[in-house]
Amino acid sequence: MKYMLKKITTLIITLLLVSVVTFVAFSVIPGDPALAKLGTYATPERVEALREEMGLNKSLPERYIDWLQGAVHGDFGESYQYAGVPVSELINQRLQVTAILAVMSFIIILVIAIPMGIVSARKEGTWIDVFINLFTQVTMAIPAFFLGMVLTYFFGLTLKFFQPGKFVMPQENLGACIRYLIFPAVAIAIPKIAMVVKFLRNSVLSEVKKDYVRTAYSKGNRTKKVLYIHVFQNALIPVITFIAMVAAEILAGSIVVEQVFSVTGMGRLLVTAISNRDYPIVQAVVLYITVIVIVINFIVDILYQFVDPRVRTE
Amino acid sequence: MKRKKWNYNLTIGLILTTIVVLMAVVGHFWTPYGPTDMNSMLKNAAPSLAHPFGNDNFGRDILSRIMNGMGTTCFVALCTVGIGVVFGTIIGAITGFFGGWLDEIVMRLNDALSAFPSVLLALIFISLLGPGRNNIIFALGILFIPSFARIVRSEIIRYKELEFVKSAQVMGAGKLRIIFVHILPNALVSMLTSATVGFNNAVLAEASMSYLGLGVQPPEPSLGLMLSDAQAFLQIAPWYAIFPGLTIVIIILGFSMISEGLRVYQAR
Repeated sequence: MKYMLKKITTLIITLLLVSVVTFVAFSVIPGDPALAKLGTYATPERVEALREEMGLNKSLPERYIDWLQGAVHGDFGESYQYAGVPVSELINQRLQVTAILAVMSFIIILVIAIPMGIVSARKEGTWIDVFINLFTQVTMAIPAFFLGMVLTYFFGLTLKFFQPGKFVMPQENLGACIRYLIFPAVAIAIPKIAMVVKFLRNSVLSEVKKDYVRTAYSKGNRTKKVLYIHVFQNALIPVITFIAMVAAEILAGSIVVEQVFSVTGMGRLLVTAISNRDYPIVQAVVLYITVIVIVINFIVDILYQFVDPRVRTE
Repeated sequence: MKRKKWNYNLTIGLILTTIVVLMAVVGHFWTPYGPTDMNSMLKNAAPSLAHPFGNDNFGRDILSRIMNGMGTTCFVALCTVGIGVVFGTIIGAITGFFGGWLDEIVMRLNDALSAFPSVLLALIFISLLGPGRNNIIFALGILFIPSFARIVRSEIIRYKELEFVKSAQVMGAGKLRIIFVHILPNALVSMLTSATVGFNNAVLAEASMSYLGLGVQPPEPSLGLMLSDAQAFLQIAPWYAIFPGLTIVIIILGFSMISEGLRVYQAR
């Protein structure tokens, strides 16, 4: 319980800190949001009126409190670019897309990486291990967006498995959306597989060297039984902490890969907003992504504590 | 005695990196064709003997453009690593050697930053600073400082209680001398491994940002920019995308194999 309380306090402090940094960073950028919003219609009176309406004449701490209150209720103001459209509406549609994409790539990573990691540890030093090592080295070196283009060329343009650029929103047709997202998910997943394989391999190898494994052998157990019953159970525990990192990497990968496949997700929204200097959107998306990463880290910490009670006493 | 196993990672990595460095250095002074020379007869021409990597949508020679773009990519990555190594070493040495509240702050900051992938953080930085080559270097460089500082710090802590450091202290060596002459040379392999990882992250981040149009700006050549231009012509000129992409893969593969090789070497 004490552990939980400590973790929750840290979580709240981190979240507040992140919100302050996000707010202040985008408030000190040169440029007047009121002027940006009015564009060519700006007259000094209009700008002044809009500044008053947008609350820009208040002090920075006051504006932060206003912004935070809005943010907690999911209100991030209006976009500069799409006049009159609330930022939250733009984000909510796209968040679903990115969430589906992330979950799909996560599943692909685990399905491929866990068996590979176990095999490469079990066959340590053999040609299979060398082959897996080389495979992971090469896949790790491929930028996700380049892999995306290669997949588009082979499976989209040549084999016609999907129509590049014809993305369907999940609200319209979930099945078609998922079918389209298979290739983007693969493009995100492949470069990250290596991370998990290497981590799992090291985890298994360090577990094998422990005393309880020797004891199990000396009691007459066979190799396979020791490996599958004793070692893997323990070797998989540290992998849980690794999940948070993989999740963050997937999010980063999706920002770039969404661009390749014209998937209208969070990443695409963020990149367009940065190019257009649409700061309310950038601010909101950055806050969303950072909060997601922090919360995943928090959940993983708590989960880890249940699976491995030793951390509580540390 | 156990026979020494061939460190294939190190060998292949060194070969690949040598090729990359040679091409980038040569490309800085000489390319087979002018990287901006257009030839309307050769628009989207397939690879041939005269143009081994083909031509792009303006009829420019892709090989020449790659050789030029590699320079930009490697320059950005080198500067990034340079910033990280210089400041990371200073911060890591101070925090590792003296500890205290500064140590605590730097390590907490590092923990917080390490939860986020560098592409994501670079994107946030760029949204504040605006796109451009120098901003990319600045953003990636700053992001690399904490992870390098952590490596230096842990090496300093590992060595500072050892006998040879103690005896140097007894002989009256100053703190700076102990850090730079006695401890850091021992930490060279770990620092090199970390630097190669940083180099790769920078190459990847630069390529991704330039692909998104937020990194290196045209007309400056960049592999990421070439890929973003190539996407529109994927169907009629796939080589326009394939060759710059493969170049990025080879740059990263070379360095990551060196870093893996160094780890194997150190483990022995």
